Amino acid sequence: MKYIDEYRDARIARGLAKAIANCARHNWVLMEICGGQTHTIMRYGLDEILPRQIELVHGPGCPVCVTPLETIDRAIALALRPEVILVSYGDMLRVPGSDLDLFRAKARGADVRIVYSPTEAVTIARGNPDRNVVFLAIGFETTAPANAMAAWQARREGLANFSMLVSHVLVPPAIRALLASPENRVQGFIAPGHVCTVMGYQEYEALVRDFALPIVVGGFEPVDLLEAILMLLKQLEEHEARLENQYVRSVSCQGNLPAQRIMQEVFEIADQKWRGIGPIPRSGLRLRSEFAAYDANKVFDLELITADEPAECISAQVLQGLKKPTDCPAFAMRCTPENPLGAPMVSAEGACAAYYHYRRHARAS
Amino acid sequence: MAKTAPTILGLSCPAPFPAKDTVLLGHGSGGKLSAELVRDIFLPAFDNPALARLDDQAVVQVNGSRIAITTDSFVVKPLFFPGGDIGSLAVHGTVNDLAMGGAQPLFLSVAFIIEEGLSVDVLRRVVESLQRAAASAGVQIVTGDTKVVEKGSGDGLFINTTGIGLLEPDVEMSANRARPGDQVLLSGSIGEHGIAILAQREGLQFESTVESDSASLHTLVASMLNVTRSIRCMRDPTRGGLSSTLNEIAAQSQVGIELDEHSIPVGEEVRGACELLGLDPLYVANEGKLVAIVDPVIAGPVLAAMRGHDLGRQAQIIGTVTASHPGLVTMRTVLGTNRVVDMLAGDQLPRIC
Repeated sequence: MKYIDEYRDARIARGLAKAIANCARHNWVLMEICGGQTHTIMRYGLDEILPRQIELVHGPGCPVCVTPLETIDRAIALALRPEVILVSYGDMLRVPGSDLDLFRAKARGADVRIVYSPTEAVTIARGNPDRNVVFLAIGFETTAPANAMAAWQARREGLANFSMLVSHVLVPPAIRALLASPENRVQGFIAPGHVCTVMGYQEYEALVRDFALPIVVGGFEPVDLLEAILMLLKQLEEHEARLENQYVRSVSCQGNLPAQRIMQEVFEIADQKWRGIGPIPRSGLRLRSEFAAYDANKVFDLELITADEPAECISAQVLQGLKKPTDCPAFAMRCTPENPLGAPMVSAEGACAAYYHYRRHARAS
Repeated sequence: MAKTAPTILGLSCPAPFPAKDTVLLGHGSGGKLSAELVRDIFLPAFDNPALARLDDQAVVQVNGSRIAITTDSFVVKPLFFPGGDIGSLAVHGTVNDLAMGGAQPLFLSVAFIIEEGLSVDVLRRVVESLQRAAASAGVQIVTGDTKVVEKGSGDGLFINTTGIGLLEPDVEMSANRARPGDQVLLSGSIGEHGIAILAQREGLQFESTVESDSASLHTLVASMLNVTRSIRCMRDPTRGGLSSTLNEIAAQSQVGIELDEHSIPVGEEVRGACELLGLDPLYVANEGKLVAIVDPVIAGPVLAAMRGHDLGRQAQIIGTVTASHPGLVTMRTVLGTNRVVDMLAGDQLPRIC
């Protein structure tokens, strides 16, 4: 397939792996932020062709995994109300809440519908004027513009039966929190290419400066990731700390300005809880007061529903790159995709699920 | 929300929900949850040797004849899709389950479960399509049943078909017969049925010209059996896709299977749609493809026979059966690395980004 096969070319990938091996003189710990990148690393076995000096750890960039428990509980409570149609992205349905997940709520009669685009949720609201349609608007900066567009469109049309349960997270504050932790091991970051396609990469300059470590904006194909690793490595071996962009075919310094404008019109920055990590100041988005009529938390008085996360699995450490999924005693034993102990085993983008699906054999042998 | 610095450690994820208390949609996906229902509920209740083989069809002896029986229910939505409809699918699915045992399909029963309010014109079109597919497959519909359920208790129309076929004495195929060294043959490109259906569903707006591959495979099977009667096993990778079928064979034969990613045919449009939706074509449904496990000595001639048939023009050898890692399917990726091709728990869910 044009524009994809070139980035999965075995010869180019092997060449980059060789260049990485030639360049690596010391041991380095690198983190890819985005779950999509983790998925590629496991799906193509990139760690198999990297030299032993390079350790890849996997970041908190799976939007499904970091959505707080109480948001899931609120979504389930809403879904179980007979007048509500709860609309969600598909991979949220299997995420465990405190007592149920959305698949089980659906089995109990809840009207839960999967969409691929948030504006579809608006269409559902338009077609069901006697029902309350709530869209579970989650994600990073990548999905924020489209989610914002849904609220904007609903307001323009004056739809009174549409609202959004928003749980949006932002990447740069999460990187800052990881780097500020005394336990941090990460020496270089691959920044998420899709997030930067929307936001540009200026925000990452401050991180490079404050923590004196290199960040490379990377894409999602095997060749993209290997090239990003090589770019990080060249800087690290030369004791440099700069911001570079590997994903030039998609990411510009400014990003997508119209997308940023609609985000800013609809959302404002707020403190945000991250499942498995905890609260991070100014790391999320919430609806602006002008859009309060579309905020499901306010429309349905959901703030009474709160939940604390019990300490059952090591996802906190996994999501921060402190541990690998395979370090967990429950991995592939008590914790599997059919029976997940934690969110990283649920979503296809979760680090634990990626390890489970693609590398179970390596662990067994 | 607290204004303190983030607490990085000590927070974690919630307790599990065993998927055993309630039937979920995922139990019908053909993945691990479906297999659990069969293992925990159905097999203990009905246990007998014909059932225990867990093939797509049961083979029983009646008055010295070997008879294959199978049944399948069709709940596809929408009822009409590019490349087929619920009527033709209800014939192809059951004919193929008979054919995968090497049986000559002969007779079908058809049961309709109709939701009140269905247009009679829709029903007539489905029935006509069903009859055309049956005639073209050379099977007769010899009995049937009709039930109507209240509005809201069905989804327009469900169809069940049961099929009976006859087996030659020397044909013996089963998913427990794969042996190390055997070759894995695939009759053509994967994922077309699943993507054709998905593109028609509400909530998904992408333009696609992908047509379902829905077809009766028994003549392809016959041309393969003309070459040799010693094919070990055949399966049609329907729901759950190629990966679920190969995982079932690996588990039932207690062998490993090693695939070569390069050799698995996937059409450009299916690849494109899968990239867009974050799906893996290995898990997307087919309704007109088969996988055959054959001794390496006869793999060449069987492959040639497949390629000589209209439904097998793109047939490929896609992998090898191994003694190592029994029960597990692995794949050599396009980069030359190895990964596991696992069976999914439930349905494949599109990723968010």
